[in-house]
Amino acid sequence: MNPQPNNSTPPATESGMGGSVVLAWLVVGLPLAWGVSQTFIKALALFK
Amino acid sequence: MADNSSSLLDRSRTVAGPGYNRWLVPPAALAIHLAIGQAYAFSVFNKPLGALISGDPAKPAPDDWTPLQIGITFSIAIVLLGLSAAIFGKWLERVGPRKAMLASSLCFGGGFLIASLGVHLHNIWLLYFGYGVVGGIGLGIGYISPVSTLIKWFPDRKGVATGMAIMGFGGGAMIGSPLANNLMTHFKGSAPMGVAPTFIVMGIIYLIFMQFGVWTIRVPADDWKPAGYVPSTEHNDMITTANVSADNAIKTPQFWMLWVVLLCNVTAGIGVLETASPLIQETFSDTAMGAGKGVTAAAAAGFVGLLSLFNLLGRFFWSSASDKLGRKVAYAIYFGLGTIMYALIPTLGHNLQLTLFVAVACVIISMYGGGFATAPAYLSDLFGKYQVGAIHGRLLTAWSTAGVLGPLIVHYLSDSRKAEGFSGAAAYQTVFYTMASLLVVGFISNILVHAVNERYYEKGPVTVEAGAH
Repeated sequence: MNPQPNNSTPPATESGMGGSVVLAWLVVGLPLAWGVSQTFIKALALFK
Repeated sequence: MADNSSSLLDRSRTVAGPGYNRWLVPPAALAIHLAIGQAYAFSVFNKPLGALISGDPAKPAPDDWTPLQIGITFSIAIVLLGLSAAIFGKWLERVGPRKAMLASSLCFGGGFLIASLGVHLHNIWLLYFGYGVVGGIGLGIGYISPVSTLIKWFPDRKGVATGMAIMGFGGGAMIGSPLANNLMTHFKGSAPMGVAPTFIVMGIIYLIFMQFGVWTIRVPADDWKPAGYVPSTEHNDMITTANVSADNAIKTPQFWMLWVVLLCNVTAGIGVLETASPLIQETFSDTAMGAGKGVTAAAAAGFVGLLSLFNLLGRFFWSSASDKLGRKVAYAIYFGLGTIMYALIPTLGHNLQLTLFVAVACVIISMYGGGFATAPAYLSDLFGKYQVGAIHGRLLTAWSTAGVLGPLIVHYLSDSRKAEGFSGAAAYQTVFYTMASLLVVGFISNILVHAVNERYYEKGPVTVEAGAH
């Protein structure tokens, strides 16, 4: 699709809804961080 | 399938309003991929599922399921992943990501529930149907569901956006494995090996967690573009401004070259992942390194964990880097550097260079992840964003093929060498040289990828609705 002039729809912002963005990243970031930490602890056995 | 209802699930109800922050879309995508990525942790159930009757994985009863029977469950899931991604891709483009994500969550969560019944009744066919077929369909729809939406939200950073989502698939196994272990320990007293209730709880947890993605995802308006974004006017043959439909894409040589690229990438990656634990233990054994200095089973598990971390990081790092390098150059690095590194592994093992061996394996597996994560952006560059999710779905049949063929090749080659009397790194030498050869094939296939012929382009402007027929 060729780039079209964007006159009708206001652009989504990158700074708006900051609280929602932080919350959304926490929802997925916390389980991921837990999983990564568990894997990291397991990986430490290699260096012992 | 007409889509005229005004349900909250309809694409029309998911178009973002003014002020919507596009950085909400990657977490929505991650919620799906972190859940379905659990599939790569299925092996955590292998031993418990093989001891449901005896209660002791070390002493399975005659009627207990064999490792082969259990392993088929994962194979079915991976085959169904590719098939459902290919079959439902166009449907997804039409109905939008929310409905597709909901379908994925119901299939994936529901698959666990059916599988738990299979475990409870000790009926392997129900396990195959639940986790393999129904869950596998959830995997396929879920995997591709956020791809085209992310590309539309991030035309300026396609690699970063899809890399984040597909990184989640790698992260899903890191969550799924300890979660399953903890739950099985908790339920061990109430059910054989604690597996059936663990499946029920995991199915419910994933079903709920995926709803976060379902209800957060938004698609941009057709004429939306990022604030301040000015598409490059510099001509680049490898980045089209036209659009190719999914049906036309599979008629192009470019699609099939990328299919070979993904097939080689995944098969070679499986060469490392399948052999990692026995390879490092047998290569750096007490016999080779000296009493008490060999790699133990726990350290080998640590090595597998380290590979998982690099698989995860590689997905984001390499896919993001491809935004700067260009997709073709990125894949040339994966395959060029990868070929050298695969060929080095047996030598490093033979010379007992453990640190270098681990470092090289980590880089290899990071590029394996990068190969997965860069594919959607490559497809979008070549075929446009019109039906990129559906095209990606069809490309994933290469993953299914590799997922079945890869382990067979690896085990055949390593078992043959062992039967000939080779041990340690030498037993896996053929595996790694074969995988290095496969990467050469992938390298050539990537080099042959050129711009798509204009005769495959859609004529005139395209809309989502146009793709409905």
